[in-house]
Order: sequence, then C-alpha cells, then structure tokens
Amino acid sequence: MEFALSQDQKMMQESVNRTLDRVCPLDRVRKAAEKNEPAQDVWTALAELGIPGLLIPEQFGGVGLKLLDAALVSESLGRYASPVPFIANCVMAPLALLRAGSPAQQLAWLPKLASGETVAAVGISEQIAGARDGAGVTAQNGRLNGTALFVLDFANANLFIVADSENKMHLVDASADGLKKTALTTIDLTRSLGELSFEDVEAEPLAHGNALAAVRDAGWIMLAADTLGAGWQMIEKAVDYSRDRKQFDRVIGSFQAVKHLCAEMAAEIEPGRSLIWYAAHAFDAIPGDASLTAAHAKSHLSEIGRFVARTSTEVHGGIGITDLLGLHYWFKRIGLNRQLLGGPERVRHLAAEMQGFA
Amino acid sequence: MDLAYSAEYEDFRRETRAFLENHRGQFPKPYGGGRPATDMLAWQKLLIENGYAARTIPRVYGGYGAAPDILKSRIIAEEFTRAKAPTGIAGQGISILVPTLLEVGSEEQKRQYIAPTLRGEIIWCQGYSEPGAGSDLASLQTRGVEDGGDFLINGQKIWTSTAQSADMIFCLVRTESERAKHQGISYILFPMTIPGIDVRPLKTMTGNAEFNEVFFTDVRVPQQNVVGGRGQGWFVANATLKYERGMLGDPNAANTRLQAIIELMKEETAGGQRLMDNAVLRDRLMQLQARVMAMQFHGLRLVTAAATGDDVGLARLIVKLEGCELNHQLAAFAIDALGELGVLYHDSPHLRANGFWQRAYMFDLGLIIGGGTAQIQKNIIAERGLGMPREPKLARE
Repeated sequence: MEFALSQDQKMMQESVNRTLDRVCPLDRVRKAAEKNEPAQDVWTALAELGIPGLLIPEQFGGVGLKLLDAALVSESLGRYASPVPFIANCVMAPLALLRAGSPAQQLAWLPKLASGETVAAVGISEQIAGARDGAGVTAQNGRLNGTALFVLDFANANLFIVADSENKMHLVDASADGLKKTALTTIDLTRSLGELSFEDVEAEPLAHGNALAAVRDAGWIMLAADTLGAGWQMIEKAVDYSRDRKQFDRVIGSFQAVKHLCAEMAAEIEPGRSLIWYAAHAFDAIPGDASLTAAHAKSHLSEIGRFVARTSTEVHGGIGITDLLGLHYWFKRIGLNRQLLGGPERVRHLAAEMQGFA
Repeated sequence: MDLAYSAEYEDFRRETRAFLENHRGQFPKPYGGGRPATDMLAWQKLLIENGYAARTIPRVYGGYGAAPDILKSRIIAEEFTRAKAPTGIAGQGISILVPTLLEVGSEEQKRQYIAPTLRGEIIWCQGYSEPGAGSDLASLQTRGVEDGGDFLINGQKIWTSTAQSADMIFCLVRTESERAKHQGISYILFPMTIPGIDVRPLKTMTGNAEFNEVFFTDVRVPQQNVVGGRGQGWFVANATLKYERGMLGDPNAANTRLQAIIELMKEETAGGQRLMDNAVLRDRLMQLQARVMAMQFHGLRLVTAAATGDDVGLARLIVKLEGCELNHQLAAFAIDALGELGVLYHDSPHLRANGFWQRAYMFDLGLIIGGGTAQIQKNIIAERGLGMPREPKLARE
C-alpha cells in the first residue's frame, strides 16, 4: 500500500514547473490574456516535454502516462495560470478517442494530437451541466444540428468532439460546411471557450459505447487539479506578501488575524490534494470509485477554491484587487473552473444520483 | 501509487480476520473509560499476547515486541472496525504516558509502570491544564516545594478526565520557582490515593461530568517520581503532546458518523418525505461526504509518509484542526437533518440514537478547544507550515 507520488511523477512535475517558471511568468500570462489567445511559445515548450501526448499510448506517438500524471500537469498549469489548451485537448479528447474510438479513428487522430499538429476542443456541457439558452445537439444520419456552448480549448482547434442529446460523441472537422464558430469571452482570459452552431454538419460518431462519463470524470479531475495549483499559488503569494508588507511598524504576517487566514487556506486546500490523487488514481485503477471521487474532487475544490481566491485577495489588501498585481488571473481561473462542467451544486446532485440518493 | 497490499500484508490481514472470527464469543462491551470490567481485562491480555494491542512495546515491558509497521497497525484498525470488535483498553495512560516513559523514563520507571498500565491494572489521568494555564500551559502554578526527599505539592488542575477512577496521575508541577517559566516545571508520577488529593467532578454542557477538577493540598511525593529530570517537565510534556494530537481528528470516526447520517436520512421522514429526498439536505450531505473522503485519503497519504519517512510538513499539521472541525460539522448536520427531533435529549420520548448527536455536538466543541485550541493550531500551521513570523513574545517574567 503506497499512497504517494512516485519519483518519476515528482520529477515530471518538477520539470513542468521549471519550464513554466521560465516561459510563463506573469508578463507572459498578461500578454496572452490581453488578446485572449493561447501562448504559442509556452505551448511549444510544453510540447517539447511531451505534454500533448501525455495520455496517448506510445504506439500512437505519445508518452502513455496515466490520469494522475495528467492531474499533476494540470496542477502546474493552474499554478502558472498558463494560457494553453490542455484539459480538453490533451486529456478529454484523447480519452474520448481511446475509450470510444474505432481503431481507424484512433489511428487517424491520436498521432496528430500527440504531435501537437491537431488541437482538439470538446463540447459536452449540455449533457453534464444542463443545456442553457436552448443549446443542444441532435444527430441524424451522420449530420449534426443545434448548438454547443462552452466548448473548451476552442481557439485554433481543428477538431471538435461534441456530445449529442443521447450522450453519444462525434468528431467534427473544424472546416466542415455548416459549422459556425463563435468565441465566448469569460472572466478568465487565459482559457479559450466558444460556441459551435451546427446546420446539417457532417460528423463522424465515435464508434463504441458511451464514454461520456469517463470524459466527464477526467475533465472534473483536471479542473479540480487546476484549482489546486492556482489556489496554492494564491496562498503562497499571500504568505510572501504578508512577510514583506509593513503596517503599524510590523510585517502584517505577524498579526494573528492575517496568519489565521493563511492557515485556514492551507488547512482547507491540502486534503483536497489527497482527494484529487485518489480520484485520478481510481480513474485508471479502481473503476468502481472513479466517478464519485471525481465528482467530489470537482465540487470540493470548487468550494475551497472560492474561499482561497477571496481570502488571498483580502490578505493583499487594496493592491490585491488591482490589475497591476495580476493576482486576479488566478482568481478568475478558479472562478471559471468552478462553473465548467457543472457548478458544485450540479456536480453534488450527480454525486448523489450515482449513489442512488437522488 | 498502489493501493493494494503486498502478500505479506494480505496474509497479516487474513490472520487478523481469523483471530477475530475465532474469538467473537469473547468480545467484551467496548471500553468506556475508567476502571475496566473483568471481561475487558481478559480481552486486553489476549490482544497483547497476539499482538493486537501494545504491539510495538518491547516484551520486557509487557508489550508484544513487534517492529513498528504502520501498515500493520492500519490493517488491525480496519479489521477490528470491520468485525465490530472492541479494540481493548485505551486512555491517557496507554496512549500518552507509556510512549513518554519509553522515550524519557528511567529503567526503573519503565519496569514499574508500563506493563501494569498496558494490562489495564493501573489507570492514569493527566494533570496538565490549570484554571490559569490553558493555551499558555507553561504558566502553570501548581507548586512542589522540597521537603526532605519529597515534594510537597499544592495547587489545582482542571479538565482531568478519568481522575475519579484513576490510580495514578502524570502531573506537571512547578518545582524550580527561581527558574524561567519553561525551565521550572517537573513531570511527576504519583498515586491518586495520597492524602490531600481532592477530586471534584466537572459537569459540562452535555449534562455529564466528563472531566474533573483536582485539588492538591500538601500532597507528599518522593522526588524519585520525577520523569526526565527536575525542571525538564515542559520538554517531557511536549514529547507527549504529539501523541495526544494524534488521537484527535481521526478520519475513521468521521466516516462512521457519515455512514450513520446516510442511514438516518434514508429512514427518517418529515411531512411524509424521506430526508434523503430533500434536495437541500442532500446537498449538504454531499458536501460533507467530499470532506470525509478528502480526510480519509489524506490519512492514507500520511500513513504512507510515516512508513517511508517522507517529510510531509504542513499536510500533517492540519489534521487536528480539520478533523475535529469535520466531526463537529457532521454532528451539527445530523441535528439539522433531524430538525425538531434533533433537540430531544436526556431520556425524552422520540429520542434518536440515545441523544448521541447533541451530546457529540456539545462534547466535540471541547475537542476543538482541547489538545491545543483551533487558534493555536492555526498559529502552528502558519508558523511551522507556512514559515510566517512567530508571535511577538510579550516580556517574559
């Protein structure tokens, strides 16, 4: 029995952190956010580490790692508020293909995803969070109609994977006739979301069964891990600031009122790390526990994330709410993570359903 | 990451399970503190002989003498819970005094006290807190004055659970009045039967006297009863505080409560509606389930770290704060779910679970305060875990 990261996992995460430390400082985040565009140079640096093919088996040109490894990367990306397409492109899309794609579909797309040649966006929001503004996609005779909102990793995507109203997933080429793409602008300009509208659009259904739950679970775990990373970044920034900032001739970090806020943030978020590790491990190794622990990781980190984002900002005082300091990039990242693929109330309802409580 | 146990541990689990199956008929009633009943004494003896209690205490001191193995300890705990088997005698003597003696006691003290304590023949109470010394424990004022080869002890202790049935006390006493406050304390063992000791039950808001006040008037104790040397008591006690905090905030207790609440919400109805069908209550239940799971997996992480010697720093410091708070929140939620039934108490008609939830809700507030208050825990997390500045010390006397 060993509930810990392996040496390889620790080294992998350290190398991602070192790379991001170098290529993704606050200035770079800000520059990307000003245009709401992915940071191409950051993406290239991550591609050199093999991140696009992290979950893709070696036979398709990937690295063939597990969801726990992906959770560690997601945590790091949250830590650096990195403006890159990871959660849909590197996790949800490859898993959709691996779990539901035919051999031909896998062979057609996985090598391109692993090399970074293809960027995939995923739209399953209607089937998970519930359709808003009349959205929803229907499939008939290989054609899609309707709209999909909150399609994740939208910018520059040349492949879309969308769920229809019967929970079946489809592959859609970005250049297909009748497909209209509209970017959605959220509070978080480090990530890219959009709306797809389909007018008799040609699509290829994923061949096998229903992998939507697995794609959803993986997405939930990644969002939770992103919040863990972003949250710890905000805690460390609050602690650092409180050791520098002086008022009443004392550093404010020596005031118990401030110390206790920092202690509460750390105490609340750290068991969340254990929950994420377990959920990510269960995704590959303990299928019976996977969905429930993924749901709880998502909703729990959403709650803790909101507390940390608000409290860290408060520890910074007035400067905390300025654009100049840039703390808001993490605040907003956590805010987006909370709602994507269902806010906490929705996800807890699903968690209750999974256990036959609702 | 590998949550499976290796063959050695699976064998150990099977042995433990078989032992419990074979001895099911001998299970005594769970130990409730104080003087153990005869069947509990026999059970304790059997557990020690088979390595399910006092497992890592050396044989020469009456233990089983196994090498420390946290995974085996965990398996024992899991299997006893699974079989609903009583775990033997617990209490401050076994959980706090014995480890302290092993660490700093003299050979004579170890031989004299450890074995009978393990067997349940000596029941101990802990004399630390005083009315004027809570979080600032080192300001304690109970004094021991030299008189021949003895100390004459005068003063008052409070929050002394089990004092009414204890044979012995391990007690912090100021013996070196001329020295600075942390250097003037001795850790002394003495029988509760010495003349001049007065135990008065301290009734709490639960309606029960879970604690006592203990008054010392010219209590005469030989100087050789000091553990770890005169004036060393503060450091000896700090060695034991970690054992005390280890007892608090247990995630398995939280899970037991959660499972009871799930059953309750499936069975109880309000206005003809099952509590589980109330969406608001169900949402709160799910919030708590996520927290309980997080703390359980956190426990796995700490177990692994302890076994491999990894330093997990802050991850360990948060357990008392988070665990006690979670247990309290679970009791609070059970009361809310029960609604008006939740305020029934004493021996009222319609009472649920013998009033457990209200009693727990009130008693647990004491656990949040005791063993280092939540506020002291937050200081520790901030200072030791996050490296924030220490509290400015007020002028020391």
